[in-house]
Amino acid sequence: MNNNITNWKNGIKDGIPICLGYFAVSFTFGILAKGAGLTPFQAVLMSATNFTSAGQFAALGLIGASATYMEMAITQLVINMRYFLMSCALSQKLDPRAAFPHRFLVAFGNSDEIFGLSVCKEGKLNPFYNYGLFIVAMPGWALGTLCGTVSGSLLPERMISALSIALYAMFIAVIIPPAKVNKLLAGIIILSMITSLLFTQVSILSLVTPGFKIIILTVLIAGIAAFLFPVKEVANER
Amino acid sequence: MSGNVYIYILVMAGVTYLIRLMPLTLIRKEINNVYIKSFLYYVPYVTLAVMTFPAILGATATIWSGLAGFIVAVLLAYRGGNLFKVSLLACLTVFIIELFVPGVH
Repeated sequence: MNNNITNWKNGIKDGIPICLGYFAVSFTFGILAKGAGLTPFQAVLMSATNFTSAGQFAALGLIGASATYMEMAITQLVINMRYFLMSCALSQKLDPRAAFPHRFLVAFGNSDEIFGLSVCKEGKLNPFYNYGLFIVAMPGWALGTLCGTVSGSLLPERMISALSIALYAMFIAVIIPPAKVNKLLAGIIILSMITSLLFTQVSILSLVTPGFKIIILTVLIAGIAAFLFPVKEVANER
Repeated sequence: MSGNVYIYILVMAGVTYLIRLMPLTLIRKEINNVYIKSFLYYVPYVTLAVMTFPAILGATATIWSGLAGFIVAVLLAYRGGNLFKVSLLACLTVFIIELFVPGVH
């Protein structure tokens, strides 16, 4: 019980950078949603129920082009397939003592950022940490959307540009510390970044969408690393 | 636009939620296979690294502020800065650099 409250509070604290970063991204989304003909209510509803950036941006294009519902479903499936991998990793990370219904709630909030922070925590994962992250991150995402649709000039470009780096900086703060003590992880991270860069520079590879790039590289690199360097005891890593 | 926006939203929310939900509810037991366990252990590091770089260089108004933010974030993270500090100082770096880069904003 006490443990749940501590985890909840830690989640809220760690969620602040997500909130800031989300505000910047969803503000841009709001501006585009308005341009695509959505009302502020519809745009916020989309953000509150989907809670994903790439999928929502793609949806605007599809709605504008009067795509069929099936096309919408398939596009979302393709773009958001990476969450499948993330949820697999999270399924092993969750504390087995947490009751089954927690998995339904944790799944809803499993965005790239909440995944990144929660899966890299030490030991087993208490779902209340995720709830703490979510309760701070979601208002940033929904409010940013609202502000973008209502007034695209509410925030100066300068501020949006600065806030746009928040989520990436946060990812760096998550992956660097363990890489500092584990040279193998450091190598894997550097290799991942270099191949990711290659995907944007080599003309044939640059045709691959960002969502699929993540899936392809994750399966390849994590797959090869697991084969070459199996981890003996990963249940409570580090 | 001819379709109903609310049905679009329902369809996309449903698909996205199912993708996130299925592994979490279907894989409830701890996996004992060393290979799969190791694979899942490496997944977040690869995923986050791939998502961060080189996207971080294009996230801001100019590549120079993105690069500066990236370097500051790596240095601070290496020195053990917490999430909030690393994130906020990277934002601040971008803000300051863009004050000096001509032609931005």
